[in-house]
Amino acid sequence: MPKLNSISDLKNLKEKSLLNILMRKGEIKKDVKKSILVCGGTGCQSSNSKKILANLKEELAKNRIEDNYQCLMVGCFGFCEKGPIVDIEPDGVFYVSVKPEDAKDIITEHIINNKKVERLLYIDPATNQKIERQDDIPFYKKQMRIALRNCGFINPENIEEYIAMDGYFALAKSLFELGDVKTLEEVKKSGLRGRGGGGFPTGLKWEFAKKEKNDQKYIICNADEGDPGAFMDRSVLEGDPHSVLEAMAIAGYVIGSNKGYIYIRAEYPLAIERLKIAIKQAREYGLLGENILGSNFNFDIQLSYGAGAFVCGEEIALIASIEGSRGEPNVKPPFPAQSGLWKKPTNVNNVETFANIPPIILNGGEWFAKIGSEKSKGTKVFALAGKINNVGLVEVPMGITLREIIYDIGGGIKNNKKFKAVQTGGPSGGCIPEKFLDIQIDYDNLTAIGSMMGSGGMIVLDEDDCMVNVAKFYLEFTKDESCGRCTPCRVGNKRLLEILQKITDGNGTMEDLETLKELSEIIKDTSLCGLGQTAPNPVLSTLKYFYDEYVAHVKDKKCPAGACSKLLRYFIIEEKCVGCSACARNCPVSCISGEIKKKYTIDQSKCIKCGACIQKCKFGAIIIQ
Amino acid sequence: MSNQKMINLKINDITVTVPEGTTVLEAAEKVNIKIPRLCYYEFPGMPKINRIASCRVCVVEIEGRKNLAPSCATLVTEGMIVKTNTPRAVKARRTMVELLLSDHPNSCLTCPKNNNCDLQKIAADLNIRKIRFQGERLRFREDESSFSLKKDLEKCIMCRRCEVMCNEVQTCRVLSAVGRGFGVVVSTAFHLPQKDTACTFCGQCVSVCPTAALTGISYIDQVWEAINNPTKKVIVQTAPAVRVGLSEEFGLPDGEPITGKLVAGLRRLGFDAIFDTNFGADLTIMEEAKELIDRITKNENLPILTSCCPGWINFIETNFPDLLHIPSSAKSPQQMFGAIAKTYYAKKIGIDPKDLVVVSVMPCLAKKYEANRPEFSSNGIQDVDYVITTRELVYMLREAGIDLAQLQDEKYDSPLGESTGAAVIFGVTGGVLEAALRTAYEWLTKKELKEVNFTDIRGLEGIKEATIDIDGLKLNVAVASGLGNARKILEKIQSGESHYHAIEIMACPGGCINGGGQPFKHGDMTLIEDRMRGIYKEDRNCKYRKSHENPEIQKLYQEFLGEPGSHKAHELLHTKYFKR
Repeated sequence: MPKLNSISDLKNLKEKSLLNILMRKGEIKKDVKKSILVCGGTGCQSSNSKKILANLKEELAKNRIEDNYQCLMVGCFGFCEKGPIVDIEPDGVFYVSVKPEDAKDIITEHIINNKKVERLLYIDPATNQKIERQDDIPFYKKQMRIALRNCGFINPENIEEYIAMDGYFALAKSLFELGDVKTLEEVKKSGLRGRGGGGFPTGLKWEFAKKEKNDQKYIICNADEGDPGAFMDRSVLEGDPHSVLEAMAIAGYVIGSNKGYIYIRAEYPLAIERLKIAIKQAREYGLLGENILGSNFNFDIQLSYGAGAFVCGEEIALIASIEGSRGEPNVKPPFPAQSGLWKKPTNVNNVETFANIPPIILNGGEWFAKIGSEKSKGTKVFALAGKINNVGLVEVPMGITLREIIYDIGGGIKNNKKFKAVQTGGPSGGCIPEKFLDIQIDYDNLTAIGSMMGSGGMIVLDEDDCMVNVAKFYLEFTKDESCGRCTPCRVGNKRLLEILQKITDGNGTMEDLETLKELSEIIKDTSLCGLGQTAPNPVLSTLKYFYDEYVAHVKDKKCPAGACSKLLRYFIIEEKCVGCSACARNCPVSCISGEIKKKYTIDQSKCIKCGACIQKCKFGAIIIQ
Repeated sequence: MSNQKMINLKINDITVTVPEGTTVLEAAEKVNIKIPRLCYYEFPGMPKINRIASCRVCVVEIEGRKNLAPSCATLVTEGMIVKTNTPRAVKARRTMVELLLSDHPNSCLTCPKNNNCDLQKIAADLNIRKIRFQGERLRFREDESSFSLKKDLEKCIMCRRCEVMCNEVQTCRVLSAVGRGFGVVVSTAFHLPQKDTACTFCGQCVSVCPTAALTGISYIDQVWEAINNPTKKVIVQTAPAVRVGLSEEFGLPDGEPITGKLVAGLRRLGFDAIFDTNFGADLTIMEEAKELIDRITKNENLPILTSCCPGWINFIETNFPDLLHIPSSAKSPQQMFGAIAKTYYAKKIGIDPKDLVVVSVMPCLAKKYEANRPEFSSNGIQDVDYVITTRELVYMLREAGIDLAQLQDEKYDSPLGESTGAAVIFGVTGGVLEAALRTAYEWLTKKELKEVNFTDIRGLEGIKEATIDIDGLKLNVAVASGLGNARKILEKIQSGESHYHAIEIMACPGGCINGGGQPFKHGDMTLIEDRMRGIYKEDRNCKYRKSHENPEIQKLYQEFLGEPGSHKAHELLHTKYFKR
């Protein structure tokens, strides 16, 4: 492929590549080559979607119709709960939980005989009805896809499909139509705020870096996605890598930088692979490198790998890590915009933030600012997880309520259990109780109720979850992932965790609850970076909204959710026990005694609460209190 | 200064005006408010301040800010309103110290830093009476693998002063933060034993460590045992910088030379003879000046580098193995003294060298390593048996109830106790080169050197350069102290940019007066300046100012060595360097 030397070269290439996309969208009615799209995200790949694709191709070949279809791997559809996904376009038929052996039926029934493969259709748990089309599935109904616009629709390993979707036209518009100042204006007008957690206005951040006078500046894409359960950045990079490359080039053009780094965690091999392919293609097409599209603007991108330290998601730690130093935050100022990578002005944005940039430039900042709430514009991707029916990745307009996400999109709580809380914002976020389910989600509202937007993790908790235990879980994470530099974060969080442990072990005192609160507040007040300043949030928010649960652990020595094993008691109900001795024979510490055909009893002082007896009892005679 | 922008702010309702770029902590000091601090450290003699802001003890409240601010790392801004002792700040500050103590052995009574510990002091200053937090404490095995440095990482409070010293000042890059989260500690890569690293044992990390996480290996017990062993004759030598390094420990003025009292104290401790490393220093000059003249007159293998600092020798062996031909082959004064003691002196008093114990009192931890180098022993007997630091000597004197301030001056014993002013200035940066020049001048020109003070190469700057006129011969010389400065000079030599004839290098910034074995200065640079003045005062008061004028040295050559550079001298007084 010769390099694209002008905007008309880019337009010509789009024309050439457009046909397949138009057929997929259903905008061409004649001689349509249907698209068979197989999810190629990490989740579906680990459920064998590569094999599904291979089998589909094999079946097409067997029937000698391979040339009449586009059979390809695309990025993540988001509906991970039901993966692997196979989507047939333009029919819009959405097959879920597909196995490699289903390939034959998909080809022979759907493709050749034009009959839906009924058993692979999604069944709505609310109505028990089968739903054929993706758009009709409640999980997708309230979504609005901007950052994820191309994920699950184009082949991420083919730059021409991206270009056919108007890819690199935002860059061209900046270079030839808007210029750097007006491009920045559009980003500022859009009201886009950083999607990595901080929520700092992106346009303002760019402006700071632009103002600095220096012969060398850098753009960094923060792809060190580390929140447990969050994978929106991975999905964007796997499903639409060019959108990030294009946005970085636009940012480079605005601030006056010719060099970008993508700092990506090495645990994302597929995203790295797709990025490598994308960068190579973009260079071949002249969309990265020197004199992009004949504009005299030069910009290139290099990958830099993280070794798995959570704190390297903090921008100064990240920069230190790229430089080969220990990943550690530092005192601000100076901010990276003044002195960042190699002490040069540097602009760091997160993957999802970048993914929003090309549509903003193409459609204008005002278009974006119309979406969302007053202070938080646009959409946000959330990773839904926990005790919820539809686990997966969803992109929704800001301002939507938690209830809509959890019940309408997420399909409600698993196994009809009772909702208890939703934890947002990753390990530094807080737990939100039921009374706030109707607040509109945006940066400020979440912060006001003691949680945060973070990178968009959303973990749903039900009645079986102990809130003290939940706080402990998150603190365990931050305690280990602290860089250890400052005292409050290094030692303070450890001590918090130990107090929580004491409480869940049944040894807590009311004074401990006071200490927890006081120490949490001091840690927030004194820590050096965002990690320490937010690490006690799970403790504070659970103390605030679920204080009774703490008190139950401390005063009654009981865990209301029945999750803290050391506070549990196993009892044998006399009326139900038939004296079969199964429990006694399986007790690893021999603390159950009795005679055959008589009632058995458990010695509470020896019981280790392993639950082996309950599993072995066929008569439901053992209960936990 | 005049065109510098001035900033007005209020600290505890007191108006302060300071130049832009000042920190809140510094501004507060201007109005005599000392904000409690712990990790903060001003590196003496270097434009380097540890502002890592890791301990969070110096936090203050600043109006309009959401969180407390570390005053050591927060720059003043116009109109800023600071409160240093609000209940919120005080509570947080105390909590920080309590948290540190909750992960500390708190074995103060038996700790080598008892009464000398910054953590102990801040706990006392902040009236900590109870540690509210209990929990797991980090456990590490002590590292006593080397002859010089002891690591007790359980006492590390992550102030990172040692790390800045090791990496940025000394450029040895041995110590850094290791691990994550609660398990973080400053250590070597993979917790390697200190002996297996590129450590030069300069001991500068020890001098800045606030606690006893880094200390020296002690030989006090061995020395007491030798003194109390009736079959051994135990002699002691005292390095030049020791005599100006311990006066403040006995309530005497900082940096005051107390040579006579030192000798008296050592005699009371029970040493059989009290000698002076300065004798070795004069001897070093005899050999080194000879080598300098040889290399200059032949114009080969230049520049010549001094070789009396063992930390520096360790540094070049580790970092510049391609340059091992340039340091002078002359042994250090300590080792020359040891070699002469175990041969010439032993023979003279008719004692078997294995019954003679040579103890050194040094301002240095690397000297402990040096004494244990295999090349510095013969027939299994070390030339120098035990090296104790100035600090260890103070501990021994205290233990024995000897207050130097109360003692009358006494004189060194003969024959290894006589020395010149040229020897005493070995204790300060520039001194070795100055001493060599005093002798080389007279030997080269055969004329008397009238002005013995080479002031161009005096002072505490890290790198000093001068051109010395030796009766028409222009000698380009340089003096570096601190290993980071040494690295700069060596890199110039490597790249061929260097035009020097002779270079003096000392591992410790300022030279031995600021050595890693000296009593702790707690960041007080004026103490080092006082010690420097003490050294030059001692030089001025000496009867002889040039090494070759030392009558005992002259006698040593007549009776035993022949002349400088002789075969015998080479055998006893010169050494080789090895790639490490």
